[in-house]
Amino acid sequence: MSAMDGFAEALLDPAQAVPKGLVDPEGRTAGKRFDVYRNNVVASLSRALAEGFPTIQSLVGTEFFNAMAGVYVRAHPPTDPRMMYFGAEMPVFLAAFGPVQHLTYLPDIARLELGLRESYHAGDAQGLTAEVLASLPQDSLEELRFPMVPSARLISSGHPIFSIWTRARDPQAPAPVPGGQDILIARPSFDPEPHLLGPGMMAFFTALSQAALLSEAIAIAAQTASEFDPGQALTLALSTEILEVPEVS
Amino acid sequence: MLDTTPMTTLPLAPGVGFKSSHFTAISEDPGDVAWLEIHAENYMGDGGRPLAQLNALAERFPVSVHGVGLSIGGTKALDTDHLERLRRLCDRINPASFSEHLAWSTHDVGFLNDLLPLPYTEKTLTHVADHIDQVQDTLGRKMLLENPSTYLAFAENEMSEIDFLKAVVRRTGCGLLLDVNNVFVSATNQNTDAYDYINAFPLHAVGEIHLGGHDVQEDEHGAPLLIDSHGAAVADPVWALYAHTLKTGGLRPTLIEWDTDVPDWPILRNEARLAAEVLETAK
Repeated sequence: MSAMDGFAEALLDPAQAVPKGLVDPEGRTAGKRFDVYRNNVVASLSRALAEGFPTIQSLVGTEFFNAMAGVYVRAHPPTDPRMMYFGAEMPVFLAAFGPVQHLTYLPDIARLELGLRESYHAGDAQGLTAEVLASLPQDSLEELRFPMVPSARLISSGHPIFSIWTRARDPQAPAPVPGGQDILIARPSFDPEPHLLGPGMMAFFTALSQAALLSEAIAIAAQTASEFDPGQALTLALSTEILEVPEVS
Repeated sequence: MLDTTPMTTLPLAPGVGFKSSHFTAISEDPGDVAWLEIHAENYMGDGGRPLAQLNALAERFPVSVHGVGLSIGGTKALDTDHLERLRRLCDRINPASFSEHLAWSTHDVGFLNDLLPLPYTEKTLTHVADHIDQVQDTLGRKMLLENPSTYLAFAENEMSEIDFLKAVVRRTGCGLLLDVNNVFVSATNQNTDAYDYINAFPLHAVGEIHLGGHDVQEDEHGAPLLIDSHGAAVADPVWALYAHTLKTGGLRPTLIEWDTDVPDWPILRNEARLAAEVLETAK
């Protein structure tokens, strides 16, 4: 029996006694000395969450966020040493966490922040620009596939998450109005930015990302929303470089 | 056969722990900083700014890859996915050094993101040596193992930390990373003499030195309790212990670690200058 055996469990559960056999220089059972490890673990994991979810933190306040992070790290400790991927269960956690259950938009804000972080670390790929598009055979463009680059993300919400996210960072931004918003996350160079999608664009980009032909994606988007504007969607895609350069046979 | 593979090709000069916020300032004015150390786990994404910055830095500076998540001191088998990610990172930039900690962080409950202590017994020695063999075999290079900062002791210890480290070096052929701040923190917390520790340490096996800041607290009995925070300037007694270490064991590549409350570049650059002065004096 080693004092290492109960160490990890006691770290995450402050109600548990310090494991036997952990001592100070006088041979007395470690008290505050064990608490240093307890504090380090929860504080470092909470710090990782705060870095990953700055908007959630600003919406609920730092003090509340830190307390909530303490609950989260005990409920969903990381399984991977890469802190950049820690916090994936945050949307599910927020949806079920009593004190913020009335803030029904919070889980989708967490999805947005997870998407931004994933995008930041995603693989590099040359995105399609207007110049490259102009160099492709124009008469067969609609029969090409334009998959999305690894750093692009699509997030659909029944809440005005783009407006909430923007206003959390800039108090001068317009107040959110009720209603759903769809978001495209794009990373043309190194900094991911969310973009508000117009009608039908979510269906359009989703279809492209699932390897539809351009013509099929336009048809699906038009079916979803009669106001879908393929020109506007393509302009957004080219300026944000979210589409891969298609393979021309 | 005599193994002549070097432990590290880092220069006998100061380096700093790289922080993304210092990227531009380092490029413009590195001062005495001759090499950089990165935390391996921060560069295990698929792309984007971290890897682009790393590629740019690696072209200009020798880089030391310092892992914080392998859990070498644990009783569990190493995470082979993580080890494979380390191999890919080392293959990508061919670092001047790879180091990890005599500590554990992964357990059945998950990854705890801290460097946790282990008892020094024959059993844990076998685990640690087996893990280091596995790391060195997978990476195809020697590694340095860092001495920990500790806040408590295990009553079950069968040997001293130094005898444990000596045995690890003997069994695996690995080198050591001597964190002088950790020596000072642990000696204070364990009520032992930091100079005795340095004098007994297998300095011939040391490939790199770490310096960093600590916080000062007390335990519930009023005994001093130093916390290895990496969030402050190097303390004066640690500079003195560092000078003694160089005088005893010779010059070593020396890293300034500052990981929390990261200061503006000129402050960190100045810490590197202080290290350069001590290195110069010890020549």
